[in-house]
Amino acid sequence: MSSDANTIRAAVRGYILENLMFSSNEADLPDDASLLDRGIIDSTGVLELVLFVEERFGVKVKDSDMLPRNFDTVNALARFVGSLASAS
Amino acid sequence: MTIGALRLLHDALLDAAADPARAGRVAAVVEGVPHRCGELADASRRLAAALVDRGVVRGARVAIYMDNTWPCVVGIYATFIAGGVVMLVNPQTKADKLAFMLADSGAAVLLSDAHLEKEYAAALAGLDAPPRLVVSNGGGAAGEDFDRLVAATAPLRDPVGTIPLDLAALIYTSGSTGHPKGVMQTHQSMMFAAGSLIQYLRLDARARILCALPLAFDYGLYQLLMSVALGATLVLERSFTYPAQVFERMRATGVTVFPGVPTVFAMLLAAHARSPLCFPDVVRVTNTAAALPDDVARRLREVFPNALVYKMYGLTECKRVSYLEPERIDDKPGSVGKAIPGTEVYLLDADGAPVQPGATGVLYVRGPHVMLGYWNRPEQSARMLKPGRLPGERVLCTQDHFRMDEEGYLYFVGRSDDIIKTRGEKVSPVEVENVLHAIAGVREAAVVGVADALLGEAIRAYIVRVPGAELGERRVRAECAARLENFMVPKDIVFCDDLPKTATGKVSRKALLEHPPAGLPA
Repeated sequence: MSSDANTIRAAVRGYILENLMFSSNEADLPDDASLLDRGIIDSTGVLELVLFVEERFGVKVKDSDMLPRNFDTVNALARFVGSLASAS
Repeated sequence: MTIGALRLLHDALLDAAADPARAGRVAAVVEGVPHRCGELADASRRLAAALVDRGVVRGARVAIYMDNTWPCVVGIYATFIAGGVVMLVNPQTKADKLAFMLADSGAAVLLSDAHLEKEYAAALAGLDAPPRLVVSNGGGAAGEDFDRLVAATAPLRDPVGTIPLDLAALIYTSGSTGHPKGVMQTHQSMMFAAGSLIQYLRLDARARILCALPLAFDYGLYQLLMSVALGATLVLERSFTYPAQVFERMRATGVTVFPGVPTVFAMLLAAHARSPLCFPDVVRVTNTAAALPDDVARRLREVFPNALVYKMYGLTECKRVSYLEPERIDDKPGSVGKAIPGTEVYLLDADGAPVQPGATGVLYVRGPHVMLGYWNRPEQSARMLKPGRLPGERVLCTQDHFRMDEEGYLYFVGRSDDIIKTRGEKVSPVEVENVLHAIAGVREAAVVGVADALLGEAIRAYIVRVPGAELGERRVRAECAARLENFMVPKDIVFCDDLPKTATGKVSRKALLEHPPAGLPA
């Protein structure tokens, strides 16, 4: 399983577009756009994202890491997953 | 300003700000940033003057379509001080519904956040007489910048003549017709309700009250009103989206009051099961919007070992109906308690006769907290407000069915309409069906609520497609997400051949629940 930064970013963006935004237009989701500000994410959305990254990248997300600084943009989430993957 | 008796919702704020001993107290901690009472009063009076300059006269509506932010808090008190009526709109609301609410209320000013521009711009574009726009975080193309406006305007000095009978808020609530209705509440009714809540919750100025529920939800709004009335501290969070962040802030600020809805408590207990949580500083936990299961209430004691747990019931039309004294939670399982202080409730049968203890009847509510009616909806107001015992008096007919035991404790039996309660929010199935019917390829659609462990009820949509239509679950969801608040987007989408009908040809939601049609492949 690749944990290369671009691969992670693309997978995360693809998942959010497909499952939280129901869109196939990449332009709908800039990598630095706040998911909260855009109303894309709510508490169930965060849980879906956690399940997705845990399954896709074989990492474990602690409850205490479920914070906006790790989840609020595609870039933040890719960075966070990258750090978990390299630590494991 | 000199304040005598505290009669209006902003009186306590101005009174405290005028007292050097109290002006420096922290009125709110907003996403971790403390704001003092004097600062809230000053910013509110400045914005009030700006609102007056922009046409807000006594009774004018000010729409506040914002996240739980400091400018939102300032906007609420500025509106009160200016003599206006707050009309809070959930920031999840999409353009069409926002436009409806702006037009329905005839709002003079819209306060919003820059990140909501896509929706408010679309809403304003369709209005004949759009409100003046003030935007927090950067003005945007069409609006004035909130911070610059507050800084550049001198505080409003003279009272505008508001009396307690004047409207303070229009609180929109989902209606079975599919269009939201604005519940009219006055300064007097809201002051009364806030005082009654403070009394039975046994709160004082030392309280540090969490609000992570939307201020656009009256349950959230009252956390602010109670904090200000008490001279206590509100700990305002944007939402419960990131529970770990809310927990961090609760510990850092020493939150003592935790208001939630069953979905929040279910999430909290799930997190507790993964890694134990404990908040010994919390001394009050409150639940409303949907029933809190007895076993959930019991398990909450592990997380909140020092808290009194309150089960409550209410509807926007009178703010709150009843509460169960926390000491009775074990010997009155399933009950939502008795009428809140200063009010009374009774049950009547279909003929208007009192029902015996143990029998089911429709719940009536009598007290100063009852609404004046729905804004511009005389027929719907007449359905809910009935003549009372005294000349001119109106009592609230909740249209909900209850039982009452010999001691007067209330037990919820059922609703008399099709409203769905999901995540503690009221959802009109008609509102969701209207959006479904507008999707190309949908011939017929019906929406029901089905039991769900986390959500209370989950929204399920049954859809009959136009023959040959290329329509899948994904497009239905995308169209719903573009037009509805997140909590209204159906969780289950079932395609079927036909929907059960009543004798008059209307889709029967009852039959849908009792005999669900077989689903077709999406």
